[in-house]
Amino acid sequence: MEMSWKLKEKPPYQSAVDRVLGWSRKYSIFPYPFITACCGMEYMSVASSHYDLDRFGAGLPRFSPRQADLLLVVGTVNHKLSPVLKRVWDQMAEPKWCMAFGACASVGGPYNNYAVLQGIDKIVPVDIYIPGCPPRPEAVLDGLMKLQEKIQNQKHDLFWK
Amino acid sequence: MIADEIVNKLNDRFTDLGLECKVDKGHAVAIVPVDNLAGLLKSLKTEDELGFNFFMDITAVDWQEREPRFEVVYHLYSTEHNHRLRIKTNVKEGQDVPTSTGLWSIADWMEREVWDMYGIRFSGHPNMKRLLLYEEFKGHPLRKDYPYDKQQPLVEPTWPVRETQAKMDDVKIHRP
Ligand code: SF4
Repeated sequence: MEMSWKLKEKPPYQSAVDRVLGWSRKYSIFPYPFITACCGMEYMSVASSHYDLDRFGAGLPRFSPRQADLLLVVGTVNHKLSPVLKRVWDQMAEPKWCMAFGACASVGGPYNNYAVLQGIDKIVPVDIYIPGCPPRPEAVLDGLMKLQEKIQNQKHDLFWK
Repeated sequence: MIADEIVNKLNDRFTDLGLECKVDKGHAVAIVPVDNLAGLLKSLKTEDELGFNFFMDITAVDWQEREPRFEVVYHLYSTEHNHRLRIKTNVKEGQDVPTSTGLWSIADWMEREVWDMYGIRFSGHPNMKRLLLYEEFKGHPLRKDYPYDKQQPLVEPTWPVRETQAKMDDVKIHRP
């Protein structure tokens, strides 16, 4: 006999679950800032009181990937560092999202050489890209709101598989 | 001492080392055969009048089609006398340069960087390993025959990577 706690089919209240979980998850994003380069200054300015990431419920950076929901890759990632990034992503617990902050994290930015990974999407799945070198804080907030929209419209499983 | 004085001083003091000294854009430059390099550096560091106690930098130049191919460049500074000197030495590909770790301990990492980037070995160095790049890296990226965008990823990319490798025959390097 198959012993499974998983629901065999979508329960009738699934859409309500999606809405409620989406709403609660989008306002309680715990970011893990993976900061490697100059974009980090911009992250600090976004996170501090003038632009205030906390208004969107993302104001509590967790410095352990186990406690984080959002991997914020801020800055240039080079090939030597890429195993570290991959490992941090693998250590994060579901549900998790990833944001490429700035041109370097998105596509390698101004660097096309032996050292720099040409975009973190080569090794981790990215949910949202923020362009700019570095992006303005407004652009980051816009990206965060787009991510919240994405989380709200996502399907959420009550029991994460 | 200002640049001309250093040049005169070096010419007087080191007659037997085959030095070629000049003032280039207000900066004292000495070109020395690689066999005499270790002796010259030792005197520059230890003699009171010269007193080059600060090892600022060491780097190299790849002249690709010139023979010998590489030029190793030292920058020295004296905090006592406030004067500077640039020392150049020419080395062939695969030729060793004597280490200066015994004189200035910071030369340890700087020489490792030169090995990493140009593939020039320093004989007598205690730990001749790559400094900045990873051990799996093949080749030396600041050599002119290394394609400038050739990548050696450590993590297997999840989807095909765009073809980026430059054809080095088409790349014209401007040389004065
Ligand atoms: S995108 Fe620009 S500002 Fe950001 S890390 Fe790269 S070079 Fe620095």
